[in-house]
Parts: sequence; C-alpha cells; structure tokens
Amino acid sequence: MSTPALATRALSKAFGSLPVAREIEISLPVGARYALIGPNGAGKTTLINLMTGMLRPDAGQIFLAGEDITSVGPQERVRRGLARTFQINTLFPGLNALEAVALAVAERRGLAGHFWRGVGSHSETIDEAYEILRKLKLGDSCYQVTRELPYGRQRLLEIALSLATRPKVLLLDEPAAGVPPEESGEVFEAVAGLSNDLTLLFIEHDMHVVFRFASHIIVLVGGAIFTEGSPTEIAADPGVREVYLGKRKHG
Amino acid sequence: MSSIAQSAVTTPHSYLQAQSRWHPLELAFWLATLLPFFVFPAYLSLASQIAITALFALSLDIILGYAGIVSLGHAAFFGIGAYSAGLLSKYGWGQPITGLIFAAGVAGLVGFAASFIISRFRHFTLIMITLGLGLLAFEAANRAHWLTGGSDGLQGISMWPVLGMFRFDLYGYTAYSYSLATLFIVFLGARRLINSPFGLALRGIRENWVRMPAIGADSRAHIRKAYTIAAAIAGLAGALLAQTTESVSLESISFQRSADVLVMLVLGGAGRLYGGIIGAIIFLVARDQFSGIAPQYWYFWIGALLVAVVMILPNGILGGLSRIYARWTSK
Amino acid sequence: MLPPIFGVLFDGLAYGMLLFVLSVGLSVTLGLMNFVNLAHCAFAMLGGYVTITLVNEFHWPFVATLPVAFAAAAIVSVVLERALYRRLYRASDLDQVLLTIGLAFISVAIAAYIFGTTQQPVETPELLRGGVNFLGLGLGKYRLFLIAIALAVTILLVGGLEYTRFGAQVRAAVDNQRMARGLGIDVDRTFATTFALGSGLAGLGGALAIEIVGLDPNFAFTYLVYVLIIVSVGGLGSITGSFAAAVLIGVSDVAGKYYAPELGAFLIYLVMVVVLMWRPAGLFGRR
Repeated sequence: MSTPALATRALSKAFGSLPVAREIEISLPVGARYALIGPNGAGKTTLINLMTGMLRPDAGQIFLAGEDITSVGPQERVRRGLARTFQINTLFPGLNALEAVALAVAERRGLAGHFWRGVGSHSETIDEAYEILRKLKLGDSCYQVTRELPYGRQRLLEIALSLATRPKVLLLDEPAAGVPPEESGEVFEAVAGLSNDLTLLFIEHDMHVVFRFASHIIVLVGGAIFTEGSPTEIAADPGVREVYLGKRKHG
Repeated sequence: MSSIAQSAVTTPHSYLQAQSRWHPLELAFWLATLLPFFVFPAYLSLASQIAITALFALSLDIILGYAGIVSLGHAAFFGIGAYSAGLLSKYGWGQPITGLIFAAGVAGLVGFAASFIISRFRHFTLIMITLGLGLLAFEAANRAHWLTGGSDGLQGISMWPVLGMFRFDLYGYTAYSYSLATLFIVFLGARRLINSPFGLALRGIRENWVRMPAIGADSRAHIRKAYTIAAAIAGLAGALLAQTTESVSLESISFQRSADVLVMLVLGGAGRLYGGIIGAIIFLVARDQFSGIAPQYWYFWIGALLVAVVMILPNGILGGLSRIYARWTSK
Repeated sequence: MLPPIFGVLFDGLAYGMLLFVLSVGLSVTLGLMNFVNLAHCAFAMLGGYVTITLVNEFHWPFVATLPVAFAAAAIVSVVLERALYRRLYRASDLDQVLLTIGLAFISVAIAAYIFGTTQQPVETPELLRGGVNFLGLGLGKYRLFLIAIALAVTILLVGGLEYTRFGAQVRAAVDNQRMARGLGIDVDRTFATTFALGSGLAGLGGALAIEIVGLDPNFAFTYLVYVLIIVSVGGLGSITGSFAAAVLIGVSDVAGKYYAPELGAFLIYLVMVVVLMWRPAGLFGRR
C-alpha cells in the first residue's frame, strides 16, 4: 500500500460553539482525481483552509506524502508541494499575468529575495512563467494587467499561479465558479490537461463537471464526511440526494 | 488593443527588460536637477534641503508605496541617522562620506531590530505601533540631554571637506552637490531594487497579502528586508542633514517630520519611485514661498490637499498625470 | 486623614473619565467598521468651541451648553459622513488616515482663524467651583461632576448596548460584520448612527475638557495621541476596554506628573507598544 499524497486524520475545528470540521478523515492516493461536494456551509472551503494552513485545527493531523505538516506554516506547505486555488479570485490586480506567474516561479526558486538584478535578466524564471501561461492559453494576454482580464482568464490565472509552485497536490476551490458558459470550456480543458502525477481535490457544485473529471467523490455535510464513493455509487445514493434536494436543514 | 501587434514583436524577456529602461522624461528630470546651480544660485541651500527630504521620501516609498506598510514614525530613522552622523563628527571624525555610511549603518541596524516587530502586525495595530515607536524615539532623544543636547540640539559638529577637496561653503554649492549626488546614487540603487524580483515580491505583498503565502512566499522576511533598507536610507538622509547644516535638532526625529514626509509622498504619488521626489519639491518650495503665513493656515491648505488627493487623485500627482497620459495615448 | 496619594488618584480618575468620554466613540466605530477616524478629536474640539461661544458670547449657563456641544458635533459628523466618509468604508487604511488627518488640519486652521491660537477660558457655574472636603482631601467639585457625567454616560452606553435592539445590532456588527449583513442588519446605517453618537460624545468631552486641560486649536492633535493609545490598548469595539484603558492612562499620567516627571510620556508610549505586541487587538478587543 503506497503512501497517500495527502491525508487527514480526525481533523476537527470549531468557531466558538459552531463546529465546522468534525473528525474528518481523508486519504488521497497519488494521481487521484477526487471531488469534494456538499451543500452550502458544509465546510468545504474551511477544509481546504485547514489543509493549507490558513486555519489552525483544534485537533487532528494532516499528512503530506506521509509527513506530518499539522504545525507547518502555510508558505512552507506550498514549498513542500501543497497548493490551492481560491474560490474568489485572489490575484494581484496591479500586476500583469506574466509578472504574477514570474513572481510565483521566483519564490519557488528562492530568487524573490534578490534585489540587484532586474527581473528581465532572470531568463529561466521568465521562460518557465511564460510556458505555464502558454499551456493555459494565457500567452497572448500575459502583458495585460490582471484587473483588466476577463473573468474566465482570471480563473485560469488562479490556476497558473498555483501551478507555478510545482505542486504535488493541488486543491481547487470551485475552479469554474462564476465563469460564463462561453469561457468555462477553457477552464475545464485546463483542469483536464493537468498531469497525471498531480493529485487533485476539487470542490465543485456543477455535477456535470464532477462526473466528468472525478474518479471518487467525497460528500461533506455539516463539517463531517457524510459518505464517499465512486460517481455511480454517489449518484445512486438516496441520502445524498436528500441532503441536496430534501429537507433543506442547512438553509 | 495593440496587444496582438505587441506580442508579435516582444518576447517576455524583452517586455520585462523594457520596463526597467530609462524613459527620456527621467533623463530630462535629472538634468533639470542641475538647474539650481545656474539659475537659482541663491536657493542652493533650499535645493539641498529638498534633495535630502526627497531621499527621505524615497525611503518611505519603499515600505509604503511598494510593500504597503503605513508608518507614522519613519522619522525615527531619519533622526537616528542625523544624531549618529552628528555625534561621530562631534567626537572627532568629521569625514563626510564615511560618516554617511556609519549613520546609515546605525539606522539600518535599528531598523532591522524594529522590523521583527513591524513584520508581525497589520492595519490599525501596525499604524499604532509605528506611531508608538516613533514617539518613543523622540522621547528618548528628548530625555537624553547628555547625548543629544535635548531640546537645545546637538552642538559642535564640524565637517571636513568632502573627498578631501570640497569644503562646505556658505552658499551651499558643496552642500547641494553632495546631497544631490547621494540622492542620485541611492535612487539608482532603489530603481534596481524595484525592478528586481524582490521589488516584484514587495508589490505582490501590497497587491494581495493573502496570495503571497499561497505561492510559497515568506512575506514577513521580505518586509523585514525592505524595512531595514528603508531605515538605512532614511538614516542616510538624516546624516546628510546633520552634515550639511552642521546641526541636529529634535525636529529631525519628531512626529512632524514623519507626518510631513507622508504627506509629500502621497501628494506626489506613492509606488512610483519619483512620487516622493516630486512631492518633496512641491511641498518644500510651497512652504518656502508661503513662509510668511502663520503655520495653521499653511496646514489648512495641506489638509485641503490631502482631502482632495484622497477623494479625487488617489495616486497623487504622478498617478493623475499617468492617467491623463494613458487616456491621451489611447485615442 | 487620607494621604495625598488619594488626591492624586482622584485627579487621575477624573482625568481618566474625561479621556473615556473622549475615546469611547472612536473605539466603537473602529471596532464596528475598522474605519480609522483621526479627525475624532477635531469633533471634540468643535464641542469645546461651541460651549465657549455659547457661554462667553451668549451668556448661556455652562451646563446647558453641554447637550448643544454633543448635538453640534453629532450633526457635523453626520454631514461629513454622508459627504466623505461613506465612500471610504472599504478603502485602504492609508486613505482613511489621510482623509481624516486632512480634515483635522482644516479644523485646526478654522479654529485658529475664528478663535485665535491662545487658550480660551470658560466660566463654570458657581455650583461647580471649589472643592468638597472628604476625609481630609479637597475633592474638586468640577471633577466630581465630571466623574458623575462619565459614569452616567457609561451606564447609558452599556445599558443601551445590552438592552436595546439598536445595541444588539451594534454588537452583532462588531462581532462579525459579514454575518450581521447576512442577517439583514443594515451595517452602514448602524455605523452612521454609531458614528454620530460617538462624535457627539467626543464633542461633549471637548466641552467638559475646557475646565480641566484648556482648549486651544491644537487640541485636535494633542489629545488625539492619548485617545488613540486608549483605543488601541483598551481594544477596538470595547466599552469596557476603553473605560479600563482610560482610567489606567489617566491615573498614570497624573501620577507620573507628580512622582516621576522625568519619565513623562515615555512610559505611556512604551506601555502601548508592549500591550499591542502582546495583544494586537487590545486588552479587551476581539479578533
């Protein structure tokens, strides 16, 4: 049995008396394409925040490739290969796409502290940045300032920034959220084109996307894992349908 | 737009390199700084003050305009530099350039120590801490009569000629040349810094604090580095003041100085490297011209200007100019 | 016979009460909206000058001018909030700092223009002059009056916060703004009302301050530092915190002047920096 790329054990967190994560146990094998679904307020983004270190858990542990990273800081987790994208675009509005991705690449290469040579002379960094952008079809708009990019391209830039860190595990928080239908195809192609060595966990609401990309689905309800299984199992599960369509207990 | 034509000609490398190329306006500006020698020789000491204050504003721009740290106590480093250079001369070593380096070193060291505090806080707490540290520095200088001369100021400073040749004269030729040269050299360094990966990281911190750790960046380490550099440059400016005026007063470490430099930087436009310089020129020339008016009326106009800048011209004068330029060229 | 130290403590307490009335408005508005209003003490100054004008020019009794000082500051704050502040709720800290400092500068200039730069005295009523003998100490009547007013204000504030619907809205918005909005609370309007109340209290404080510390155009900045220290040490959005910090600062300041004048403000600044490093949100603050 090989070590999972990312695993959590009994991960728990509460905001005052409101539990947002209850003893969550997840295990992502290398190369997995897992989807995390659940009604609004189930704690999906919270789980990602816990995994990436933006939130500290009250109890439980997180393992990256077998190593305990529970007390490791967020930027160190990224350096060890755990990256995420944000549900709401968290980009650098005043930088253009090339600068933004080049910054991420420079950080990874440990060059971001260098203050003498100009960015333009760090050829390998720039080459790598441009290549990432080109693969995501952002090459020709890479000189445009981020805040002027159309929304779909901004979502692609979200992904580009996280890819620049050369992650082994990538957590995608609703990658196609808010993208107009004519542009969402590009986003899905980008996700589909991601390397098979890369382990993916993505939060999605659109079931078509989930069934198209995921090999395994985890259902989160009220901060706890409700059930998990293959797409067909989940589709057939009446409990899942009830949680989504039924009594609306999570309002 | 023109991006299609642009991508046919530019490569990513050449695009980024073009960002750091000198614009003809910049060359014109620096040539214009030589004008006071020929056209306004009576104002050379004012010009020297402007160069020194511009250097101070430049140092604040690094942390405020680029890393986004609002400091209400930056004069602490200016004052530390001034007192260090003054004391060095008072106790026997009046060599100007080594004095500058010494003062920058002291200020930088103190800045380095303070940076461990500064880098851990944000927003209102950070503003209050910078204010508090600045006020503490002032009180310390005020109380330490035996070292700083307290409210009487530091006496007994006497500078040797610059490079062994240029005596500090009464008209200000040496003072202005010295200050201008220092400003220009440091400016070149700051320009390199801004165009480097580190400069990009600082802009990233300012643009989106949350994103930085998510791309593996250690924002605190970057802030510490920027703050230390800014402190050293501020100390350098303070030392210039001490040396060219051969005196140091409490004013150099006062809240007034911290507030004035903030106003200048915002007026000119933070985050544009030249904003502090432009702001310093306008502010000090105006203050000189209106020096007959009682101080509170002067502050009326400064207040009105600040309100105007915030409500109408968010990026200061340079920001407004670049917006006009962009609109003009896109027609 | 009580030793003189109790006299010092009494003076310090009175001073602290004055500082509390001046600061509490800023603490609540900062806690509510994170809006850095450095013009807060300019409102205080406005209240002070309203009282001076009414007493010296129109011969009103001092106590009658107090509600007017409150109202004047509150009304001006409403005007400024509608015209300028409203647009900057989501702006950067720097923009808020600059706008409000600019307004403070303007107010100082206007005050200097109208009233001149020297301190203006005001005639306090016969009833409040002199002192009361308590266990051998001479307790100033005006200071007793000040403490009484401050305590009344505190009771009204705490009561209002706990027992009125508006108070509940304020508490909710300070606690978690996003959730408060989600529950349908008009946070912007809550802020505007709270801001008016807080500025009004500052105006009241300014009027009360004349007798204790004197009023001149620099008041807007001299006391701003104290108010900022109290707010940051006490905790944003906390009435208890402001109260505790104000008393602490008031007593330390007066005691310091009596027993250790060389230390001066050094100790207060140091305390502030140390407290903020230990508790960035203040002693009683949230987040």
